[in-house]
Amino acid sequence: MQKVAEHKGCGTSGGSGKASCGTGAGENDLPQEIWDKVKNHPCYSEEAHHHYARMHVAVAPACNIQCNYCNRKYDCANESRPGVVSEKLTPEQAAKKVLAVASTIPQMTVLGIAGPGDPLANPEKTFKTFELIAKTAPDIKLCVSTNGLTLPDHVERLSQYNIDHVTITINMVDPEVGAKIYPWVYYNKKRYTGIEAAKILTDRQLQGLEMLTERGILSKINSVMIPGINDQHLVEVNKAVKSRGAFLHNIMPLISAPEHGTVFGLTGQRGPTAQELKALQDSCEGEMNMMRHCRQCRADAVGLLGEDRSAEFTTDKIEAMEVTYDLESRKAYQEAVEKERQAVVAARQEELQTLAGAHSDIKMLIAVATKGSGKVNEHFGHATEFQIYELSTEGAKFVGHRRVDLYCQGGYGEEDALATVIRAINDCHAVFVAKIGGCPKNDLKAAGIDPVDQYANQFIEQSAIAYFKEYLDKVSSGEIEHVVKGDAEIRQGALIAA
Amino acid sequence: MAYTIVEDNCTGCCACEPECPNQAISEAKGGLFVIDPALCTECIGHHDEPQCVAVCPIEETCIIDLNYPRYEAA
Repeated sequence: MQKVAEHKGCGTSGGSGKASCGTGAGENDLPQEIWDKVKNHPCYSEEAHHHYARMHVAVAPACNIQCNYCNRKYDCANESRPGVVSEKLTPEQAAKKVLAVASTIPQMTVLGIAGPGDPLANPEKTFKTFELIAKTAPDIKLCVSTNGLTLPDHVERLSQYNIDHVTITINMVDPEVGAKIYPWVYYNKKRYTGIEAAKILTDRQLQGLEMLTERGILSKINSVMIPGINDQHLVEVNKAVKSRGAFLHNIMPLISAPEHGTVFGLTGQRGPTAQELKALQDSCEGEMNMMRHCRQCRADAVGLLGEDRSAEFTTDKIEAMEVTYDLESRKAYQEAVEKERQAVVAARQEELQTLAGAHSDIKMLIAVATKGSGKVNEHFGHATEFQIYELSTEGAKFVGHRRVDLYCQGGYGEEDALATVIRAINDCHAVFVAKIGGCPKNDLKAAGIDPVDQYANQFIEQSAIAYFKEYLDKVSSGEIEHVVKGDAEIRQGALIAA
Repeated sequence: MAYTIVEDNCTGCCACEPECPNQAISEAKGGLFVIDPALCTECIGHHDEPQCVAVCPIEETCIIDLNYPRYEAA
């Protein structure tokens, strides 16, 4: 008999972590001091991202390395990738924007600087912004995302500004691999190329990571999965960063459409499929916590992950806004959010009891249409993305999301939209929705995906477990036969405004 | 003796501005950057290579301005 809902505790950062936590990380999965730091951070805690919001301010346009998956030159109106922003801000404009957003969206708890270039290649702008925000909005957590080249030079200053979260993008620890990803780096007033450049980069990244760990600053590692170049190698990267104290690893799929004009886009380098990405994430999971809910947001994203509101906060609009920053009402709002969040956890725990004693090797994926609050509450036709859960007798585990919003892909009408959705969730056995029309229902069934609308407005995990239990019963009674599903496609592009 | 920035290529990323040892680079209209030829020394005496060229992420963006004869070191 298998015990259900058992917590397999994760190691402390740098320790021998084994992981059932990752994005589903809960209070009992992480060391208390880390959990306290990340529990309200939407990018670090999968659970928190339903409840709390973050924003990025684009104050750092310059970069000191060139990556083959990045092209900051190209920027069409509908274009949206990490690194693309609609306007650059001065630190003063950024501080005002943060106040305006935090006053409008009380669940906004985190400010990140993530480009469009490298924030630490723009140290004066980045640190000036942090300084202004620490003064005016002291309750907002600050974090920064960097390629790590100049990180060792700035660790001291980062700790002075009380920045307890840093993301480093590390795609390799082997310069031979690195030379295929980075054409050049600019270091000590000189441009380096090839293996020499990659060697400098990896040395500086790992040194920076070690320095952060020494100072107790949390480090998350982002890696871009590039099939045929670093996909196998990322297991090595995972080990290298874990042993140096990184607490979370986020492996993201390469975005490389030809129209993005990146080197990889132009050379036809493909991105991974959904199942390739999941397999790599699963193979690293034994080593440390994996992050799976990253949506590869724009460097000027605002709002909840999956619900971008940046269009409401352009510089023009902010200039016209009356901003009153009310710390007390923000606090009251966040307390209410905390209650709602506890209700989700309680509902999951309750439903898990019903699986107690069940044992089966069957695992399956389901897709869920949700607007947030941890509930099945989105109409199938309105969903711009689906959350993916893996169901087993262990419970329902969040394993990722699939976006189906389509911009800059050209020539798609209503009819193609459904085919796109099916391609994106083709590895799922069911799709949970609040509501769905007759036509898509039949098409989904024909594709072997069960459209489930009976759990409208109920908690996701609770519903998923109930569904799974019923499914197992049907399999054991012979009413249905369990079949393994195929692969799915990852949409090319960053999250865009709804 | 001066470098110049090809307007069509410049993305306004501002990587060059803080690297210029002569403060010859500044932001112009539309967030793009320009080099003041009167201040540019091609980094001679400062660095092995012109810093705007070394740091610019777009090739052929910081180029020799043909209106100014190239500096020739003695």
